[in-house]
Amino acid sequence: MIVVENVSRRGFLEGMLAAGGLVLGATLVPPTLLAWDAAKGPIDGAVLHPTIFVAIDSDGTVHVIAHRSDMGTGTRTSLPRVVADELDADWDRVKVHQALGDEKYGDQDTDGSHSVRDFFDVMRQSGATARFMLVAAAARQWNVSASECITDPVHTVVHPKTGRRLGYGELAGPAAKLPVPKKEHLKFKPRSAWRYIGKPAAHYDLQDQCTGKAVFGMDVRRDGMVYAAIAHPPVLGGKVKSYDDKATLRVQGVKQTVAMDPFKPPHQFQPLGGVAVIADNTWSAFKGRKQLQVDWDNGPNASFDSESFKKEMQETSRRPGKVVRNIGNVDAEFAKGGKIVEADYYTPMLAHVSMEPPVAVAEYRDGKVTAWTCTQNPQGVQDTVAKVLGIKKADVTCHVTLLGGGFGRKSKPDYVAEAAVLSKKLGKPVKVVWSREDDVKFDYYHTTAAMYLKALLDSRGKPTAWLQRSVFPPIGSTFGIDVRLGDPGEMYMGWNNVPFDLPNHRAENGEASAHVRIGWLRSVANIYHAFSVQSFANELAHAAGRDPLEYLLSLIGPGRLMKEAADANQDDPSAVNYPFDIGRLRHVTELVAEKAGWGKRKFAPGTGQGIAVHRSFLSYVATVVEVEVTDKGEVRIPRVDTVLDAGTVVNPDTVRAQFEGAAVFGTSIARTGEITASHGRINQSNFHDYQIARMNDAPYKTNVYIVDSDAPPAGVGEPGVPPFAPALCNAIFAATGKRVRELPLSRNGFS
Amino acid sequence: MVQLKVNGADHSFDGDPEMPLLWYLRDILGMSGTKFGCGMALCGACTVLQNGRAIRSCSTPMSTLAGKNITTIEGIAQHGLHPVQKAWMENNVPQCGYCQSGQIMQAVSMINTKRKVTDKEIDAVMSGNICRCGTYQRIRAAIKAAAKETA
Repeated sequence: MIVVENVSRRGFLEGMLAAGGLVLGATLVPPTLLAWDAAKGPIDGAVLHPTIFVAIDSDGTVHVIAHRSDMGTGTRTSLPRVVADELDADWDRVKVHQALGDEKYGDQDTDGSHSVRDFFDVMRQSGATARFMLVAAAARQWNVSASECITDPVHTVVHPKTGRRLGYGELAGPAAKLPVPKKEHLKFKPRSAWRYIGKPAAHYDLQDQCTGKAVFGMDVRRDGMVYAAIAHPPVLGGKVKSYDDKATLRVQGVKQTVAMDPFKPPHQFQPLGGVAVIADNTWSAFKGRKQLQVDWDNGPNASFDSESFKKEMQETSRRPGKVVRNIGNVDAEFAKGGKIVEADYYTPMLAHVSMEPPVAVAEYRDGKVTAWTCTQNPQGVQDTVAKVLGIKKADVTCHVTLLGGGFGRKSKPDYVAEAAVLSKKLGKPVKVVWSREDDVKFDYYHTTAAMYLKALLDSRGKPTAWLQRSVFPPIGSTFGIDVRLGDPGEMYMGWNNVPFDLPNHRAENGEASAHVRIGWLRSVANIYHAFSVQSFANELAHAAGRDPLEYLLSLIGPGRLMKEAADANQDDPSAVNYPFDIGRLRHVTELVAEKAGWGKRKFAPGTGQGIAVHRSFLSYVATVVEVEVTDKGEVRIPRVDTVLDAGTVVNPDTVRAQFEGAAVFGTSIARTGEITASHGRINQSNFHDYQIARMNDAPYKTNVYIVDSDAPPAGVGEPGVPPFAPALCNAIFAATGKRVRELPLSRNGFS
Repeated sequence: MVQLKVNGADHSFDGDPEMPLLWYLRDILGMSGTKFGCGMALCGACTVLQNGRAIRSCSTPMSTLAGKNITTIEGIAQHGLHPVQKAWMENNVPQCGYCQSGQIMQAVSMINTKRKVTDKEIDAVMSGNICRCGTYQRIRAAIKAAAKETA
């Protein structure tokens, strides 16, 4: 069964399928919840094992499988708590096990902010199935009707009429002899009876995280393991002409060097090639690599220069592109003449720089590979390693550690394939460690984008025509040769669904070629699309001489469902459950203004507020940023208010943390985030020249407000990011009168 | 031969004297609580204590450590948890958790030196430690709570 993936991944999935099917066979939800229809997993030995996600032992221990990766968003806590809630289990007696990569769990690619969204019902079904069987076992023992039994207090089946009770541990054995109920026979708890869903909870791994015991990919050790650092081709597509490793081999601890095969286009998730230095510890591998003399054939990408490429993209954005949304007749309206406002926006490439760089251990033995790694995408590891080594997917076992951040980088398992290739060549377990320099210079970059926007304003300043063009090397270029246009997934990220009430509106997308690997980074195309649209809305407000909030609300217009957005995605099942509800967008905008005291507070010169709103990953988020700008252009962010409507929320504390973090992530993007290239080589290398927001430049206080909603759950990991940069730049305009149309701020005289 | 103490235990090292303490801890001693983030003392993920004061282990060669007392995240609490760790847990500070060993060690160093825990001081002491998840607001709250606890 192939199930079309969620909104954000859909287009990329198509791209990948067209490009050779790396994700073929990926199903969104589990093909079956039943354990005995599938391969063995980590909890198959438990006494009662009604579904692939849950099992109960005779001592009452409830085992829950976490099949999604945890990179800090708390999926290892939130999804198991949904199971525990529906099971009426005692959370303190729940043990969470990380799943191996396995199709039986359905989609495991932890990106696109859809872990809770897509598995909320699956987890409830698992908990309800187990509870059903425990209750049935107790009822049978007592010879009463199951409908007379309750599961309160937790972990116990009670027959209130007679006061009899049995613990889940005692019932596990008898329940295991009963048939597993069909879904239609399950009874789900009413929302009012939820114990854990909607209540704040600490991370399952909290204590390990605070004591150094948490095991990340970087912490994996295997007996007989060697360490590898790889000198990658400095230009994408470059090849090794020759190399001299004499000095390398003299470094204490270095064992040997290994030439890596170059990739065959499209590069997808293949290893980049280069020369690997093998040593008996990480440091020696790094030190030995510095001594390598490699003569590179850099190939055609050596002509890539990001500064001239920027001009090319900007020129493209001034020419008609592919129309991705068309309402009314923009050209006819513009021809009438009047007050025209136009603006060019630009955002540079960005790197993910998760604190833990890419790292993997792989062990090749008898034609099979076992990998231990920090991956967002364990089935992708299986696919990629199998393809690169020419073995079967079933012969690749992928253990998933905790991830020291991911942000999309660790969905791409090139580094795991490197370890597998080397282990096969060397006949022993290999740990490939990327240095920070490797990470910055050889990322799957968030793409650069140039956008041109133009509007015609009526006498009240409202746009009667609105044209927008965006140009960016697309993610599809990673999966196909010569892909130069964005796919529907990228367009749907804030471009073909601009939520404004516009009689004449045209959105276009122009072509651009990639010269580095392009990938998705936390909130993806929403970053540049929200930046341009929300900045432009603010520019129009000022052009019209109106308050930015009042103007933004008038652009949004009255509450309604956005018909065009659903129509554009008819094949997407989420369009049915998640219509684009302008009323909810309006509500978060009004609420954030109220929380931030919009219009009620006095701002001295050099200080001010900015607002932006954006829907992404099916969640509605509005943000007000407050700034203080000194005469020297130093920007401080004393306060951020952000309101989100993500439908049903499982763990409000994690959600708050995600939005606090999104404000910091947004600060990094806006202030200093910029990757550039000269002669095809990336100019940045580490945290001194690719700067990330630190304590003293991050927002001092971020207030997060969660709209109470019983709508289906939507995304939380990414949607906090897109509105931040435009809200910040709108605030800077309010404070200084200076408009920022190009990120980062450091390019605009601010620091 | 370099003789040093790590979390109170005696160790001797006769490998490459340029090897940074970080990799000695991680790859030689197998103590993985201290993390690699940048290798250039730019991010603080590798922070440990040398004679009670925070240092960046990724940029501290073994040759400089003769006779020194090193404390890592594994060694800050003899029994149970250090007050800083408790405060971290009470404030649910970590997201991914990778940088938090270094953050905690930097905060322990700050508390040890009994510096005044003002916002300005926290900025000054903690801005060398990067958290890509962006947990700074909770780190600040946790440090204030821990300082109160140990005052």
